[in-house]
Amino acid sequence: MTVVGMTGDEAVAYAVKQGKVDVVAAYPITPQTIMVERFSKYVADGEVETEYVCVESEHSALSACVGASLTGARVFTATASQGLALMHEMLYIASGLRCPIVMGVANRALSAPINIHGDHSDMMGSRDSGWIQIYVENAQEAYDWTIQAFKIAEDKDVQLPVSVNLDGFILSHSLEGVDVLEDAVVSRFLQLRKPLFTLDPDKPITVGALCLPDYYFEFKRQQVEAMLNVPRVLGKVNKEYGSVTGRSYGVLDTFGMEDAQAAIICLGSTAGTAREVARKLRAQGKKVGVVKLWLYRPFPTEEVSAALKHVKALAVFDRAIGFGAPYGALCSDVVSALHGLEVSPKIFNVIYGLGGRDIQPSDIEFVFNETLEAARTGVVKEDTMFLGVRE
Amino acid sequence: MTLEEKKPGWKSLLMGAVVVEPGSSLRYKTGDWRAFRPLVEKEKCVNCLFCWIYCPDAAIVRREKWVEVNYDYCKGCGICAKECPKEAIRMVEEQK
Repeated sequence: MTVVGMTGDEAVAYAVKQGKVDVVAAYPITPQTIMVERFSKYVADGEVETEYVCVESEHSALSACVGASLTGARVFTATASQGLALMHEMLYIASGLRCPIVMGVANRALSAPINIHGDHSDMMGSRDSGWIQIYVENAQEAYDWTIQAFKIAEDKDVQLPVSVNLDGFILSHSLEGVDVLEDAVVSRFLQLRKPLFTLDPDKPITVGALCLPDYYFEFKRQQVEAMLNVPRVLGKVNKEYGSVTGRSYGVLDTFGMEDAQAAIICLGSTAGTAREVARKLRAQGKKVGVVKLWLYRPFPTEEVSAALKHVKALAVFDRAIGFGAPYGALCSDVVSALHGLEVSPKIFNVIYGLGGRDIQPSDIEFVFNETLEAARTGVVKEDTMFLGVRE
Repeated sequence: MTLEEKKPGWKSLLMGAVVVEPGSSLRYKTGDWRAFRPLVEKEKCVNCLFCWIYCPDAAIVRREKWVEVNYDYCKGCGICAKECPKEAIRMVEEQK
């Protein structure tokens, strides 16, 4: 066991280095991500044999990644915020052409007003782009999931791109201890990518062909099927990774849910704070629990329903707004997952932490108490709570 | 659309719309997109091949002393008629 001090970004870069990635194309503008900055140092120092392509925009970065991935290469890129927004067109092309690219995303707010700090607005705006989306809680998870992401993406039954999402600044720039694997262990776990098709002059193929109304729909249906295969493949990869590392992962993580009457469900680093507060409240005899989703797309509907169906009240934390939508994105999905239960928990949405606004244990405790109150009375005071906004 | 074969379902199509048969686009005849048909007056044609160079669909066929049009693929854009220095190509509305 080797524990190294790393930021979340550095942990991702280190995982990519050990993953023997063939091509990295990136454009690290505002907001900067240290994932590719650190990786470019590995390239400059000759520690990796990766082809590092400097391009003129994030749109070009992902375009280059698509081309490289179609040749059969293992490919990584990283971005955040406006950069992800500029990639938007290419996100759909990467998934539509079935490129198993892995992308690190340090989730940050979108302009305007200009803001470089952490929230989930960027990736939530791309949630229907056909990418598998994983949200991590800390630098260790950023490292572990990046390695696993390649294996999930490249599985023959999946062949889809994966985004590994880490909260901007909170995880991307904070130093933590990360238990890293030996290079040989990662090599054995990941092995080389086995592409279904490659660009070979002796066996010419066409990719990116025009598909008019008589064919397009069928290829979208194929993507749906690939998404449906993800939980099974992810389970297999998690199990194998667990046997190598002793760290167990899944589609979601729970705390105190065996007897919780009031629960919080959230993504990313907030889960750590929520768990700490829940531990304190449970010591006082309050039956509270926390559900953290690792996998957000495909949405693990059955597992979410199974984890939450026994609670009386539920607060769903969204670090992004769905303007004009009934709820934030996560809350809409949770409500859908619980639809059809004979007795559904009382649910309310907590919009929080936008533009990097800090979320304190006292904020979480306040929400837990509101949730316990809703559990006791059966009444939700407000469907959407804007936690910490000034009136 | 002029592809004649029975169309397969999503389960049997190759992933990501990959086409493994080279040159299969030859079977996709785009000539029926045409609203105007280029007609070459071979007496006027001096075989300068401007049309052959400019044609975006490679639908100009070279003969020894003049050019012809491959109507299976010509979409009727009219660039050949526009570029012909001898006005040897006329665009005539297709009759249905």
